[in-house]
Amino acid sequence: MNVKVFLTIVMIVALPLDAKPQGFAGMGADADGYALPDPTTRFTFPEDHGPHPSFRIEWWYVTAVLTGDNGELYGAQWTLFRNGIRPSGEASDQIWLGHAAVSTPQGHFHDERIARGGIGQANVTAAPFHAFIDEWEMTGPDPNNVMITAQGSDFAYELTLDASQPFVLQGANGYSQKSASGMASYYFSQPFYRASGTITLPTGPVKVTGQAWMDREWSSQPLSATQTGWDWFSLHLDGGEKFMGFRLRDTAQDDYVVGTWISADGLPDALEPGELTLEPTDLARIAGRDIPIGWKVELEERGLNVNVTAVYPESWMPTIVPYWEGPVTVEGTHSGVGYLEMTGYE
Amino acid sequence: MVLSVTSVNKSFGDVAIIKGVSLTLSPGEVLALTGESGSGKSTLLHMIAGLEPIDTGEISIDGNSLSDLSESENAALRREKIGIVFQQFNLIPSLTVAQNLTFQARLAGKKVDIAPLAASLGLADQLSKYPEQLSGGQQQRVAIGRAVAASPKLILADEPTGNLDEQTGDQVFDLLLSSARNEGAALLIVTHSDRLAARADRRKHLSRGQFQ
Amino acid sequence: MTRTVLLTLLSHWKRRPFQLLTLILGLALATALWSGVQAINTEARKSYDDAANVLGREPFLVSKTGALISNEAFAQLRRNGWLVSPVVDGWLPASDGRVRVLGIDPLTITPSNPAGAAVAEFEISDFLGREGLVLAAPATALRLGNLGMRVRSVEGVAAGMAIMDIEAAQALTNTDGISRLTVLSDQPLVQSALVEVAPDLILEEPDAAADLARLTDSFHLNLTAFGLLSFVVGLFIVNGAVGLAFEQRRSVFRTLRAIGVTTGNLVALLVAELVMFALIAGGLGIGMGYLVAASLLPDVAATLRGLYGATVEGTLTLTPSWWLSGLAIAILGTALAAATSLYQVARLTPLATAQPRAWAMASSRTMRLQLLIAGLALFVATSAGVLGSNLLSGFTLLGGLLIAAALTLPTALVILLKLGQSISSSGPLAQWFWADTRQQIPGLSLALMALLLALSANIGVSTMVGSFRLTFTGWLDQRLASEVYIGAEDEADVEALIAFVTPRVDAVLPIWHTDKDLLGAPGEIYGVVDHETYRENWPLIDAVPNVWDLIRQNEGVLINEQLARRESLKPGDQLPMPGGWNATITGIYSDYGNPLGQAILPLDTLTSRYLDVDRTDFGLRLNPAELPNLRQALTEEFGLPPENIVDQASLKSFSLQIFERTFAVSAALNVLTLSVAAVAILTSLLTLAAMRLPQLAPVWALGISRQTLGMIELARAVVLALLTFILAIPVGLLLAWVLLTVINVEAFGWQLPMTVFPLDWLWLLGLSLVAAGLAGLWPAGRLATRPPADLIKVFAHER
Repeated sequence: MNVKVFLTIVMIVALPLDAKPQGFAGMGADADGYALPDPTTRFTFPEDHGPHPSFRIEWWYVTAVLTGDNGELYGAQWTLFRNGIRPSGEASDQIWLGHAAVSTPQGHFHDERIARGGIGQANVTAAPFHAFIDEWEMTGPDPNNVMITAQGSDFAYELTLDASQPFVLQGANGYSQKSASGMASYYFSQPFYRASGTITLPTGPVKVTGQAWMDREWSSQPLSATQTGWDWFSLHLDGGEKFMGFRLRDTAQDDYVVGTWISADGLPDALEPGELTLEPTDLARIAGRDIPIGWKVELEERGLNVNVTAVYPESWMPTIVPYWEGPVTVEGTHSGVGYLEMTGYE
Repeated sequence: MVLSVTSVNKSFGDVAIIKGVSLTLSPGEVLALTGESGSGKSTLLHMIAGLEPIDTGEISIDGNSLSDLSESENAALRREKIGIVFQQFNLIPSLTVAQNLTFQARLAGKKVDIAPLAASLGLADQLSKYPEQLSGGQQQRVAIGRAVAASPKLILADEPTGNLDEQTGDQVFDLLLSSARNEGAALLIVTHSDRLAARADRRKHLSRGQFQ
Repeated sequence: MTRTVLLTLLSHWKRRPFQLLTLILGLALATALWSGVQAINTEARKSYDDAANVLGREPFLVSKTGALISNEAFAQLRRNGWLVSPVVDGWLPASDGRVRVLGIDPLTITPSNPAGAAVAEFEISDFLGREGLVLAAPATALRLGNLGMRVRSVEGVAAGMAIMDIEAAQALTNTDGISRLTVLSDQPLVQSALVEVAPDLILEEPDAAADLARLTDSFHLNLTAFGLLSFVVGLFIVNGAVGLAFEQRRSVFRTLRAIGVTTGNLVALLVAELVMFALIAGGLGIGMGYLVAASLLPDVAATLRGLYGATVEGTLTLTPSWWLSGLAIAILGTALAAATSLYQVARLTPLATAQPRAWAMASSRTMRLQLLIAGLALFVATSAGVLGSNLLSGFTLLGGLLIAAALTLPTALVILLKLGQSISSSGPLAQWFWADTRQQIPGLSLALMALLLALSANIGVSTMVGSFRLTFTGWLDQRLASEVYIGAEDEADVEALIAFVTPRVDAVLPIWHTDKDLLGAPGEIYGVVDHETYRENWPLIDAVPNVWDLIRQNEGVLINEQLARRESLKPGDQLPMPGGWNATITGIYSDYGNPLGQAILPLDTLTSRYLDVDRTDFGLRLNPAELPNLRQALTEEFGLPPENIVDQASLKSFSLQIFERTFAVSAALNVLTLSVAAVAILTSLLTLAAMRLPQLAPVWALGISRQTLGMIELARAVVLALLTFILAIPVGLLLAWVLLTVINVEAFGWQLPMTVFPLDWLWLLGLSLVAAGLAGLWPAGRLATRPPADLIKVFAHER
């Protein structure tokens, strides 16, 4: 899932004025004035590829695990967040946030962009599909055929993503529950992208190919007040299956651990709480915090028992709201690659 | 009488310095006042000069009773009728020898013929110097010259040779005596030297504020 | 032993509390004025820095024509890989003057910009948008009452500045665009060329901070010079007090040396004693300096705002470095003032004579030395004047002249006293008076030098200010020729306003302008039409013969004196204009009180070359009797707010008011310096009084009453002050000349004719005589009532 980063809010709206616990990045906040996800709603495309400003937060989130023509493993992240500052739905009441990064086994490069809505600096349109902030773009006739570009002062990339399967609905037909008490978001994904393109680093440009995954999610109040962060996995298994799992850490009750098993032909199986186990096996001291960079992932129903290991342990995003995001390798009953995101570690 | 002192008393606080002293001085007369250190001889001279007020009794100079005079009248009497020579610091440092010599006389409105005066004092070639450029003996000569130049009725000298060596002191003393006699002024000398006192017309010895 | 010796040394002060007071007071006064001025300067510089930090130290993009940058151009640049952040720069009316509006975009602003930090204290959603928060320093926030509840007061925002969202700034200043785009230091790998994305924009390097600092440099140098002058004058007091205290303790020093205290020990202990006093006095002085600074700051702020548009406000911040530098200057001052005395103690032998130094002896040798140094100072001064051509060399010239004048003073006074003697009565008392006064000079010379410095600075500054005022008033009469000046509410009303007033007045003279850089420094470009008003009144200093005909033909450019001097331009030269074209200079005009370079173009040239011209202001010529009717028509029929109509008289009085406030600080410092000099005289006379008994006692013994002596002593103080004043006049006039022809030209870029104001001198003469009289009264009174016994002691005691 990408409960990902909702950094948005935090980064901007949040913390200092209100001592009341509001979960990570303010996402445990009340929905005051914003719409709430409804389990009976069904997506309509292409409209739902575009923004939903009646909801507080929303993202377009792409992660790619790539191999260079030099044999090296690369990870690339392209993220656009929308955050409403008022529930008017007006373009001028939106703040947009872009995060981009490239990880290699030796390093991590990243940049962050912020823009207000309504002045042409950042926006998303559904058809033809076009998402952008500054010069960073995700553009294509439709989300299954896009080009993504992003850059910073020390990196740049340009990737073409193609998928033939339809988008995969997460949770119950796209209604993704985030806590036992009912917090939820709308959530669908495209885990079947084939990716190719060029990554430019200080050492020079490299041609790359690989797989990519896009998450689309929007909500107004996705976390409960006692949920402090999450650990989120998106894995491309060598058999063609895709796996998504997340653990929402809770200070008041058991962690909420669910996910989705997606067969190679794109059929999702939403996992109930209790089915999936996510356990840290290895901690590293990164940016003054203890961050799990090795995990054991177990899903007995599918005979999955793997160790997930960070490719570059210091894939730290020192953005306004900092978090860990980077490519991982999978070994055990299954092998493969994927992306890991960890938030809320203090 | 140029000077008459009648039953004068003077105390500083509780200490009686002068106890009922009387004395007279005729024109041209030279009186030596001797006494131990602290006997009150300098205080008596200061009172006669009008520099120090008396407690009781009377001092009159040329018929003027000092107690009847205001400070400025007192000052006028001093510049017109009295010549004073102190042991030291007699001279005005900012004035030349010539100016010092004539200072008092001119204050009193008298004309002075400086050349013969300077010659008689042995200061003829010192006239344009300043006091600090003179020796102690020369300074005292200037003081004596200044005192006699104003043609006073009474010359008061307080240990005029006290700071000088014996030879210089004798010369200065001679000069003082001869100058006073030339001017016909009465001279009252306070000294602790019996040798010098012996050369006066009269001598009086003061002991613990009283004449003996 | 050290303790015993120190206590012995200190016992002196217990017996002479007044001397101690003098020492402490002198040092405290010196420290106070110096550190007060420093506090003001520091505060002002901090304000400039604050402003400069917020305005940005990065390069920025501006429109080539000076027009506003469109919001679309901003997005377009960002979309093409240019990390730029928009700034809307403007002004907002506020109580007590205007406030600078700084519209920013907190989402794209340079992370290190302090404005971003100020915004971070608030909910971003409350800050963004047309109705967003307005952040200002507490003092500035109070002035923005007209904005109501939106204003938040934030410590650390630059004074006189209101930070808000770009959209709010655009709404409040009624603009529809961006003033400039700051270019962030970190740019992405790939970006389009500027000419492809935004051909109308050019990249410029930041210089706003330097501009303000440079403009106000002269003002601060001025203050510093005054502070230094007061400091030096204060040191004269200290020198007197230390000298006397050492003199009176010579016998103690001798005894201490005789019983086995080494010279080193003695000097070390005396230094310790002085350091202790310096610290006490320095502390006091810093406290007083704070008061001085706090009371002068409002005037300084008004001056800076009026003259330079630089804003300084708020309370003084007292930094540890300020405290420390105050104490350091106190110690340094004490060291300077006590150096000679300490040197003499170091050379003292146990058998040295107990005689006090002869006053007269030292004088002639000292005077020769003083004259030598004076000659040297004069040489340095004239060299700086001839060779140098910046403000610093101007002040070196000034300082050298003052030092030379001060050192020449004793000799000059002696000559004047001899002159006085030769023309006065030849009576013995008169003779003594002159001779003794002359002999007093070495002892009083430092105090008299202090007086000379204070008086000549006073004459110099008041002559400069007076000349300036006279020239300025005359110039205002020329420059403000229109009977009334009006301003349209906004550009949209301009046409209607012209149509409305044209039939009602003799002439409508547009005063349109745009703010542009001229030859790399901030400047203004105005547009005028050819009209008799200008032909008859415009204060041209130099011009080609047919200058106004050329204006009529849309040719040529007039520039102000400061621009001409700064860039060495003369009629006939080419002036490179912003936007990349050249204009021929046809005339140069005086433009007093304006720190900026200014150019005047024919109106049509201005409007065709530049798009962002402010077209709202006009001067109107009419029969003054018609003014009330016109005013009524404009307010009632046309609906122009009354504050947009300013008649000539009000404008003149407003300009003069700014002028007066500008020099209020100089006047205040002038008076303070003079007071310090008066204290210096008083302390010198009092300290001398004790030493003068041996000089006065013989005169008294020879028949001059104490009262008469007291009167003579008083007269002596007054005569010395009078003579010093007489000498101060030529020095002051020389000073004024330097200020007008060197300092003003360097600092402001204009030269002024000098006018003298002898009536002002009379006032100053009275003041200095009263000061000297008061200073002399006390010692004279003490002498008149001195017990005769004290005087007799001179003759009776072994000394």
